[in-house]
Amino acid sequence: MDIELITNILFATIRTGTPLLLIALGEMVCEKSGVLNLGQEGMVLMGAVVGFMASVITGNLGMGIIAAVLAGALMSLLFGFLAISLVANQVATGLALTIFGTGLSAFLGASYVGVGIEGITAWHLPLVSEIPVIGKIFFSHDPLVYLSWVLFGLVYWCFKRTRLGLTIRSVGENPEAANAIGLSVLQIRYLAVMFGGAMAGLAGGYLSLAYTPLWTEGMSAGRGWIALALVVFASWKAERIMLGAYLFGAASIMHLVLQGLGFEASPNLLAMLPYGATIIVLMVLANDAIKAKLSTPLALGQPYRPQL
Amino acid sequence: MKRIELTNITKRYPGAIANSAVGISVDAGEIHALLGENGAGKSTLMKIIYGVVKPDEGEMYWEGERVQVRGASHARELGIGMVFQHFSLFETLTVTENIALSLPKSDVVSMESLKQRIEEVSTRYGMKLDPNRYVHTLSIGEQQRVEIVRCLLQDVKLLILDEPTSVLTPQEVDTLFKTLRKLASEGCSILFISHKLDEVRALCDNATILRGGKVSGDCVPRETTTDEIARLMVGNDTPLSEEYKKALGQEVFLRIKALSFQSDDPFSTTLKDISLQVKSGEIMGVAGVAGNGQEELLNLISGEEVCDASAVTFAGEAVGNLGPRQRRELGLGFVPEERLGRGAVPDMSLANNALLTAYHGDLVDSGWINSHKVKSFAAQIIEQFKVKAAGIDAQAKSLSGGNLQKYIIGREIIQAPKLLVCSHPTWGVDIGAAILIRHALIALRDQGAAILVVSEDIDELYSISDRICAICDGELSPVDEMKNVSINQLGKWMAGDFSPLTNQAVGV
Repeated sequence: MDIELITNILFATIRTGTPLLLIALGEMVCEKSGVLNLGQEGMVLMGAVVGFMASVITGNLGMGIIAAVLAGALMSLLFGFLAISLVANQVATGLALTIFGTGLSAFLGASYVGVGIEGITAWHLPLVSEIPVIGKIFFSHDPLVYLSWVLFGLVYWCFKRTRLGLTIRSVGENPEAANAIGLSVLQIRYLAVMFGGAMAGLAGGYLSLAYTPLWTEGMSAGRGWIALALVVFASWKAERIMLGAYLFGAASIMHLVLQGLGFEASPNLLAMLPYGATIIVLMVLANDAIKAKLSTPLALGQPYRPQL
Repeated sequence: MKRIELTNITKRYPGAIANSAVGISVDAGEIHALLGENGAGKSTLMKIIYGVVKPDEGEMYWEGERVQVRGASHARELGIGMVFQHFSLFETLTVTENIALSLPKSDVVSMESLKQRIEEVSTRYGMKLDPNRYVHTLSIGEQQRVEIVRCLLQDVKLLILDEPTSVLTPQEVDTLFKTLRKLASEGCSILFISHKLDEVRALCDNATILRGGKVSGDCVPRETTTDEIARLMVGNDTPLSEEYKKALGQEVFLRIKALSFQSDDPFSTTLKDISLQVKSGEIMGVAGVAGNGQEELLNLISGEEVCDASAVTFAGEAVGNLGPRQRRELGLGFVPEERLGRGAVPDMSLANNALLTAYHGDLVDSGWINSHKVKSFAAQIIEQFKVKAAGIDAQAKSLSGGNLQKYIIGREIIQAPKLLVCSHPTWGVDIGAAILIRHALIALRDQGAAILVVSEDIDELYSISDRICAICDGELSPVDEMKNVSINQLGKWMAGDFSPLTNQAVGV
């Protein structure tokens, strides 16, 4: 393999990993607050279709992205109302949200299948994109990729250094204690859930406006589920989520490359590569029982009822 | 001046009145005790002061002005601090992070300066604390210090402590009392909730006693005898205490030999070279503050954890590698600490819960359950152990803690085990039920069973044990006959100092 091929593979790795990074970061924040939202897939699809429709109607890609984010956030608000305010079972509510989002997005987008748009174009960062190899791999992407790095930095910093991060963790570890020291558990959980929804919506928008600028039914192709697994195997750590997301991206590209190189294996088996590789690597990383236990939100999935 | 005054507080719950026209007042700098049995309404009253529960009737005055506390954060703004019985700490955060979370944002300029303030305050009040430690690595006593320091950092004017000594060693209790006296001398009012009368008499200026949700009396504890206060707590129908004869026991039934054990759970205690023998016909007491390896030791005896076959023997038979069922068949009875979820299945009826451990008698015949016998067995437990329940079909979770404990202990005792292992037999149980349970344990001992009791309640261990030892950080202290072990000696053992007392004080 020559240097150009490797450069291209790494460039594509980042593009492919980005939606996963966005979804998983959002879900991580949500789970850190103690809420398990299995509705990622549905929220991503809603983000994708609403973002696509908005940019077709307004002719403005920026509006499309904003609409995608709002769609995801609204979906998560619906989840929040059921699972936080009405104390419904989080697992069942999340699954219902996925089914609901899948169906509704197919319905809304029926007449947009096959419509073509000019997707979000790459934004070559001045100066740094001129650097050989590195410039091509890291600094010749569309703006959403850069945005995902900014968001990654924010989430990482938030949980490493800020009071907000501590607050979210405390609500996810022991909501009764958090309430006793005067934190508003419900409010914090709502905000975390909506952040997760907005991120999933953004990932959907990325898929339908930048990654492959078109709308097809079920175009998220299970990324919401992979992101959910990623969060767990990454032990709720932002840096491992990033690693896992790009690992998944790399493996997804590799199976295409291997097929292109005439590698003798069933394409179906090769297509399993990204899923298997990502999970195995993260499982090995998460093998330290103490650290894993310390980073797990203890109250994950448990509804909180304020005392009467 | 009165720091806080509550008048005519009433709080009703469906089917019960938690507080009925309760009044209490605490002066500045006063240490005031709130006494009462479980279910007397102490916790509800505290939660009302702290704003977590809203009263149906009644008024609260704070420094002379009428207030309605809207919630925990409002209470803290007023200057009310509370140390709960179950700490509101986050185990995966450090001491500093825990404290930072509960302070107002404007108070936390930087983590570094907060660390310094924590060190200052903790040194000043004699409560050593390392701000960088993670809370899950702290002992229970240290965790309590975090809670108290957290309150002190907020210029607290009224500090409420809910049964603070129940989790401490005698030495730790002394340290805590010194801190509280210093605080009170600086003008802070303290509301001290307890049911340990000696402590109240040693520490408190005044006491309010609750029974059945009503104030049954006020007194100055130093001028009142323990018996008088106890009468106010329990009423006139219950005997206050009983003396039991000590027994010597016969042959060794349970033998644990040089047992070391490390569990997979990172939060568990590692057991180091534990050797212990319990004879038939004696009660062996194991004292110690929770979390020092009791749980691990009990799991190894009950068979929930396995080890080398020869490390644990029942009457000479190696059982270390056997599971709970096989050990029960060899005569083991086990009463775990958690009643709901381990001692009993919360959603199942009492009859089905009886079957849970009594399956190897005649209740089950070649795989078929004899439901008639199961029912009469459950009814027998209820009758013999005076369990207050709606009947054998009542769900386990519908019983109060004390009644469920009577049921669980009764279930084990009626099966006439050769070895009964009891964890915290009267924890959270009121005086009447506690006496019944102790009585039953003594009766079982006199029938010749070996009994091992693990408890944090030192008074209880002194009352029923024939021999005693203590566990600290996974190590077992020397074992001696009860009459040779002074409270000072036991306290040292509980703190991990296994050397003999220099000034040999004999007796309790």
